Amino acid sequence: MARTRLARQQGAGLAFVAPFFVVFAVFGAFPLVYTAWVSLHDWSLLAGKQEFLGIANYRELLADAAFWRALVNTLGIFLLATIPQLILATVLAQILNTSLRGRTGWRMGVLVPNVTSVAAVGIIFGLIFARDYGIANWLLDIVGIDPINWRADRWAAWLAIATMVDWRWTGYNALILLAALQSVPSDLYEAARIDGASAWRQFWSITVPMLRPTLIFVTIIATIGGIQLFTEPLLFNSGANAIAGGNRGQFQTVAMYLVQQGFTGHRFGYASTIAWVLFVIIAVASAINLILLRRIRSAD
Amino acid sequence: MNRTRRIAASLAAVVALGGLAACGDGGSGGGDDITLRVNLFGQFGYTEAYEKFEDDHPGVKIVETAEGDLGEYNTKLTQQIAAGGDAGDVVAIEEGQTVAFLAAADKFVDLQEHGGDELKDRWLPWVWDKATTADGSTTIGYGTDVGGLAMCYRRDLFEKAGLPTERDEVGALWPTWDDFIATGKKFQAGIDDDKVGFIDSSTNTYNSILMQQGDHTYFDRDEELVFDTNPGIKTAWDYAVEMTEAGLSAKLRAFSDEWNAGFKNGAFATIACPAWMTGYIKEQAGEENAGKWDIATVPGGGGNWGGSWLAVPKTSENQDLAIELIEYLSGEEGQMMAFEAEGRLPSLPALYDTPELKDATNPYFNDAPVGQLFVAGASQLEPVYLGAKNVPVRDAVENALRSVENGEVSADQGWSEASAAAEKAAR
Repeated sequence: MARTRLARQQGAGLAFVAPFFVVFAVFGAFPLVYTAWVSLHDWSLLAGKQEFLGIANYRELLADAAFWRALVNTLGIFLLATIPQLILATVLAQILNTSLRGRTGWRMGVLVPNVTSVAAVGIIFGLIFARDYGIANWLLDIVGIDPINWRADRWAAWLAIATMVDWRWTGYNALILLAALQSVPSDLYEAARIDGASAWRQFWSITVPMLRPTLIFVTIIATIGGIQLFTEPLLFNSGANAIAGGNRGQFQTVAMYLVQQGFTGHRFGYASTIAWVLFVIIAVASAINLILLRRIRSAD
Repeated sequence: MNRTRRIAASLAAVVALGGLAACGDGGSGGGDDITLRVNLFGQFGYTEAYEKFEDDHPGVKIVETAEGDLGEYNTKLTQQIAAGGDAGDVVAIEEGQTVAFLAAADKFVDLQEHGGDELKDRWLPWVWDKATTADGSTTIGYGTDVGGLAMCYRRDLFEKAGLPTERDEVGALWPTWDDFIATGKKFQAGIDDDKVGFIDSSTNTYNSILMQQGDHTYFDRDEELVFDTNPGIKTAWDYAVEMTEAGLSAKLRAFSDEWNAGFKNGAFATIACPAWMTGYIKEQAGEENAGKWDIATVPGGGGNWGGSWLAVPKTSENQDLAIELIEYLSGEEGQMMAFEAEGRLPSLPALYDTPELKDATNPYFNDAPVGQLFVAGASQLEPVYLGAKNVPVRDAVENALRSVENGEVSADQGWSEASAAAEKAAR
């Protein structure tokens, strides 16, 4: 009697979970495998499959200067954006955790940049960093610095795009960290204060270890998003051939290079190769993140 | 027993709900009203034509989507055609993409099987050929406008710089591109303003000169990349670099926000003008600049930049009606309406002798005689072969030219970078 009931429960459990796996198989696993298959061919988007190449696409990619340049751009923008962003988010979370006036308003306010349309953000920031009539150059002019062509100089372009990304995601990350902060029991802080620990010491010895799981989550999500960065640099480059990310690829990310090869160059096979290599890079980066963050002394 | 029944019932409910959601957009409406979706890049000037078509076909509604950015439009259309997705009922194909889309000719309705053969002689001869596969078996598009080429200029800026402003005099200033550069230097000296350039960008001028240099550009008709051997490319490049080095360029990026703003606030004094650019200028510069722009002949005499075809993807559910629509839009009435609305040069020789076209003037451009400027040379227009990979190669070369323009690299380094990038893009 008990046996059949258990079997029935397990059967019911599997039946309820099955839809997710079906969806994953169709939309997750199959595209992964199919993309790998396409990457082994010379495959034109409009003219169809041409010939089997084996790993020739991968060899070409590893020797491709444009790809490495895009990778350096992606990692550069990622580090330039994520590190200040997470520090700022932690600080913001701390501030929002105190008894501020109008606390709820502030907490909702930091999320507003995140719900704004990405296209609108791209256009506005593109105008702010415009070469001739942008606000950024006007502010620099007031301080006496020469106007910068934000799209011609690599560092300038990275900085502008990092600003866009940070503006959008800092509030989001701050709220997640805030939720984690609020789960830290306050008697830990009281005990520390009684023991004479400074605020700085309390932060490093109590807050950060307690936040470790959340920091891991936030960093990995930021890594995945940062390495796939596409929309912000694309919208930053208004005009003809925006996907090139600047005249010499100053701010073309790997995702932009992928779309350029696939949909402008019609090289479906080569684009699939880039997609798979990007997947591997993200997996490796996430693993590195995990290892680094595990070195934070655990709260346990 | 009860438990199993409940589980089974809830599973059935989930499946049923899923099924209902799936057949939500199965039948579009009651069957009387048909919506034809037309996807274009830019303004083709068909609003009046749509109204006439809708009047003649009660129950039919035409919805147009005009994607402003040609690059984005091409990307989206390529995606939809390649994936066999829904691309609409009528799509526009630009001259740079015809060879690429002909490689997927089986995804478009073959117009030869739907009355195209009877119509084919009404267009300029090469217009039909450009949308037909090499073996002549399939035609995917009906020609709409052709490019033509003139030079649009700002009368008020010319006056400020001490140059003549009447279009005949202006045209006489620059019979060749060398004269154009000399005029540009005079302009820059006369205007004495860093923020105003003689030309908008080196790339627009480069493209215009390139399209005058023979019957092919980066690829010969065997689809071989001839970047290093086609002298026309180096000629166009050298002229563009010379203009940059003489300080004539406003260094704007074509079709960017700043370039659009440049029409309004007078950031440049001339811009190479195919017929379709006149409509674009009017849109961007706005009413307050009416009469400030004028049109003169282009150095080198003439040219042909741009041109479009209308095609019907096979995924369209209203193929017969869509074919009727493109027959109408590419016919005499449709093309005349496009000319009157947006200045688009028709591709039908029969129209070239009509007084409406021959004597047409454009009030926005100071009553410039667009009939004489564009139509007079239209029947002599020669097609320029643009290969299947024309777009990525052209993008690569333009980027190299822009880096030279912005001072990011020297001209020689720019040329070798252009050559390497073109070779890579042609793969």
